[in-house]
Amino acid sequence: MADINLTINGQKVTVPEGITVLEAAKQIGIDIPTFCYEKGLTAPGACRICVVEIKGWRNLPPSCITTVAQGMEVETESPAVVEARKTILELLVANHPLDCLSCEKSGNCKLQDYSYRYGVASQTRFEGEKHEFGIDDSNPYIYRDLNKCILCGKCVATCRAVSDRNVLDFAYRGFNTKIATFMDTDLKDSTCVYCNRCVAICPVGAIVDKTMMGKGRGWELEKKEVTCTFCDSGCKFDVNYKDGKFMGVTAKSPDQGRPLCLKGRLGIELIYNPDKSELPLINKDGEFVETSWEEALGIAPIIEKLTAQKK
Amino acid sequence: MSITLTINGQKVTVPAGTTVLEAAAQAGIDIPTFCHDPELSKPGACRICVVEIKGMRNLPPSCVTTVVEGMEVETESADVVEARRTILDLLLANHPEDCMTCQKFGDCKLAEYAYRYGVRKASFVGDKSDFPVDESSAVLYRDMNKCILCGKCVRVCAEIVGRSVYDFTSRGFTTKVAPALDVGLGEIDESKCVSCGSCVAVCPVGAIVEKNMMGKARPWEVKKVKTTCPYCGCGCNFDLNVKDGKVVGVTSNPSSEVNGRHLCVKGRFGYDFIHSSDRLTRPLIKKDGEFVEASWDEAIRYVAYRMKEIKEKNGSEAMGVLTSARCTNEENYLMNKMARVAFGTNNIDHCARL
Amino acid sequence: MTNSIGEIKDCDYMLVIGSNTTETHPIISIEMRKALKNGATLVVADPRKTEIAELAKVHVPLKPGANIPLVMTMCNVIIEEGLYDKEFVTNRTEGFDELKEATAAFTPEAYAGVIGVSADTIREIARGFAKANNAAIFYTMGITQHTSGTTNVLAIANLSMLTGQIGKPSSGVNPLRGQNNVQGACDMGGLPNVFPGYQAVTDPANIEKFTRAWGVQQSEKVGLTVGEMMDAAHHGDLKALYILGENPMLSDPDISHVEKALDNLEFLVVQDLFLTETAMLADVVLPGASFAEKDGTFSNTERRVQRVRKAVEPVAGKADWEVISEVLTMMGYPHEYCSASDVFNEMVSITPQYAGMSFARLDQGGLQWPCPTADHPGTKYLHEGKFSRGLGKFTAVDFEPPAELPDEEYPFVLNTGRRLYHYHTGTMTRRAKGLNTIYSEETIEINPADACSLEVGDGDTVKVSSRRGSIMAKANVTKRVPQGMVFTSFHFSEVAVNFLTNTARDPIAKIPELKVAAVKVEKIS
Repeated sequence: MADINLTINGQKVTVPEGITVLEAAKQIGIDIPTFCYEKGLTAPGACRICVVEIKGWRNLPPSCITTVAQGMEVETESPAVVEARKTILELLVANHPLDCLSCEKSGNCKLQDYSYRYGVASQTRFEGEKHEFGIDDSNPYIYRDLNKCILCGKCVATCRAVSDRNVLDFAYRGFNTKIATFMDTDLKDSTCVYCNRCVAICPVGAIVDKTMMGKGRGWELEKKEVTCTFCDSGCKFDVNYKDGKFMGVTAKSPDQGRPLCLKGRLGIELIYNPDKSELPLINKDGEFVETSWEEALGIAPIIEKLTAQKK
Repeated sequence: MSITLTINGQKVTVPAGTTVLEAAAQAGIDIPTFCHDPELSKPGACRICVVEIKGMRNLPPSCVTTVVEGMEVETESADVVEARRTILDLLLANHPEDCMTCQKFGDCKLAEYAYRYGVRKASFVGDKSDFPVDESSAVLYRDMNKCILCGKCVRVCAEIVGRSVYDFTSRGFTTKVAPALDVGLGEIDESKCVSCGSCVAVCPVGAIVEKNMMGKARPWEVKKVKTTCPYCGCGCNFDLNVKDGKVVGVTSNPSSEVNGRHLCVKGRFGYDFIHSSDRLTRPLIKKDGEFVEASWDEAIRYVAYRMKEIKEKNGSEAMGVLTSARCTNEENYLMNKMARVAFGTNNIDHCARL
Repeated sequence: MTNSIGEIKDCDYMLVIGSNTTETHPIISIEMRKALKNGATLVVADPRKTEIAELAKVHVPLKPGANIPLVMTMCNVIIEEGLYDKEFVTNRTEGFDELKEATAAFTPEAYAGVIGVSADTIREIARGFAKANNAAIFYTMGITQHTSGTTNVLAIANLSMLTGQIGKPSSGVNPLRGQNNVQGACDMGGLPNVFPGYQAVTDPANIEKFTRAWGVQQSEKVGLTVGEMMDAAHHGDLKALYILGENPMLSDPDISHVEKALDNLEFLVVQDLFLTETAMLADVVLPGASFAEKDGTFSNTERRVQRVRKAVEPVAGKADWEVISEVLTMMGYPHEYCSASDVFNEMVSITPQYAGMSFARLDQGGLQWPCPTADHPGTKYLHEGKFSRGLGKFTAVDFEPPAELPDEEYPFVLNTGRRLYHYHTGTMTRRAKGLNTIYSEETIEINPADACSLEVGDGDTVKVSSRRGSIMAKANVTKRVPQGMVFTSFHFSEVAVNFLTNTARDPIAKIPELKVAAVKVEKIS
């Protein structure tokens, strides 16, 4: 593959042919904001927060889907770029609940990070309707507040990446567009298996891990990465501690071929939570009921056999 | 004399005269506070620190209630939590929803307690303050719409800094903290503010923040490195706030032995020079009257060679060293060796006399 | 300082001489305010009505250079009225009779005019000082930057010993150091007459000790001070100079003289953060590292050794201690230090005051020297029970007026000092946006009466000239300065006041008389 030479913010960089401007910038330590882009998923180029200025180009192309070309001159923080990003953020903030004070995602939220970075205050020049979707608090694992959704679509894509899941998609049109399950039911009544792929990938506070709510702000938690050994997929999880105390297990965004599952997450919790007084809840005939750890982890038959052997 | 009491079922023994708040802290129990500050007088005004004490009619503020033998205190009882939630709810009802970009967010007591007690959106609807922001100071940014009127800035300025720049003005809903005649803080001839920033150090919310840190880093993104101030001889300590290898601010470190949380304008706001574009980044060697950039290796070799040459030709007494009252002890010690070991002379001095 | 900063709040009598404390040592002034709140009496002797003077019960508008008359008349009153601490004088001092004799002539009446206050006031403050439980003296350059600097300090020592106001908590003699590590630079042997830890180069035992420690024969010949080095360079006797983090081209008296001296050198190395006025003259400039870029220690004015911690990488790649040790190595004296802590450990092994210190201990908190052993907690105040030399010695001092007094041609006294918002030659603070916004332009302070007679209005540009040079700046007409005096700082290169100052030096400490120079003032616009 041929090498491509280009300039980003005056810095010369040589990269392999075919990579995007976003990736090239990353190679030299230049951070371009992104919402809808996610490595490993198809880039829709939808959110436009990653736009850059390229000399000779008519418009500001999104860097996540623009491949590098020989001699390209890219500016990632030029006044035009910054203005475009500010406008995008202002439009997003105009229809966003200003709930950072108690939002679980605060401190780890891309919308908040970029608003701070580009000085977009809560009171924007755009005023208008705000969403008033009902909150999906139907299950013990995932809390969905679609009023906070910025429609980046990453949850849809990551869910679809595991063939038997495909729980979410865009529904409705225009201002009413939202991410929904089939027939727009709560998660409880959907085919969701609470693998939390969507939780791990959501850039804002629209989909959060319910078990972590109120347990600590992003910056207060200390994370320890562990690899699940329940099957051969090797999914990664974070064990979260606050002031040295166990707070919970959260899913990490998976690489390709790593599905993540609820069983794995609960299993990790069983290993790391010193206080396992709470029993896991599983969906039985449309209702969440407490169940034994053996059953939740799917190891009841094995234990039965082992016990039988012992006898 | 010591007093024994029970806090949340835990027995605690403390000296007489201790407040319930202090006794709880000693037992490792955290009671929220807004207006309380161990260094300042105690107005007992904000009421967020109320606790339940068996036999007492109301919920007393723990910061001004002294312990009594046999007292039974509950710091998180249902009544206490309800009272705190109501206080927070009322404060939030008149607070800008600006956490997204507020410089204080991540280090804000209002946000911390709202999260702790699960107060999400204010349930009271009403007027909101609409004070103009005071941007007149070169170093401080005051947004009185975020002020919760705890009065700590008023007290620290009067009781510690000794200037009484601030006080409460107006009445009722329009009450706000302001310099005399409500002038801008930056109009220093009138406000008499010396920009020491002790008010920033005590403000529990985002009402007073360091202007030069705004937009530079969120509190959770910075690494804090405790060090000693490079200015006068007081030897104040503070935390350098570092993000991505750059110093983005200075904040007080309460464990500082000499100065506590207090600093002067130079210590708190005089760090821009660190990343000044005027800083020398390469050694320079003068060739034909012009400075030419050189590598460290070349420059150090050249210095050593020339010094040795002059010493051999003219003797040690032709050599001299001016060391620096600005540099560290270690560097001064080595400069002392430069003179006495390498140059072979006692010709060493510095600007102690200036 | 013989006392600690933390002891100030418990003083019940504070005599501040020649210190603009609220501007130059703001944190110490906070402690003084605490003492005032606790009921202490504050007396401030300063020609200018500074903010600390406004806070004082008595402000002595001292005439320039009248420190000795003030202190000696106080001693006179204390001896005459039998207010001195007889027990202390008997047990801990010597030379009382000589002092008594020397003070005899210093009656308040005889010197009230020289000092600038009434005889009654002198009596009042003398009595207050002597009778106080814990009286402390604080001074800065207003005492020392005089041709009589050393005698001024000796006079202060007389006063404190006479009244027994030394060697106990909240009571002693407290010079406030103007720079972050001026204490440390002195402690580390950054002086021509002493090795690290004030071990005199004239003592053969010390020569032997350091020759053995460093492996190089040491010289017993006292070296040259800054000013003397400048003179020697001027005469061609000094050929090579290595300057670390100093800007004598702005800070030293009579800049033209300094420039000629530095120009005359065969080889000048300057190691600094910026291309300063001094670095411009160098043959080699080595980039320095700021306090945020290196590990080490500073020693503050109360002898507290505290950690400096590296927060960011050195802008130019090397910390100063690394550069210096590499130069030493390259000159044939191998120095292999892995860290600042290695250098510190070598230093403490030959510096008795620091012997008990280590980075590990300092990381738990600062330590005040003397700290002789690893389990010694450090020393909060000096001279408890015994002075360093054994008995405290009274010195019979006499009044010598400043070297250059106003005359017909140069009718004003030029006084120099510092501002709250800036520091030294401004290389750091002038580059701090906030500070330079608040205080962006230097002015010349002049009394309204003088301004009136010169027809100078507030903000008019004036030219101030001495026998050595002249500067121009806007006038700040204020009652802060007394009649016959003008004042400005040395922070601004645009108003480089040291073009005017006098190089006349104290014969012992060699400190230049930066507080008094004769100047004339002319209105330009």
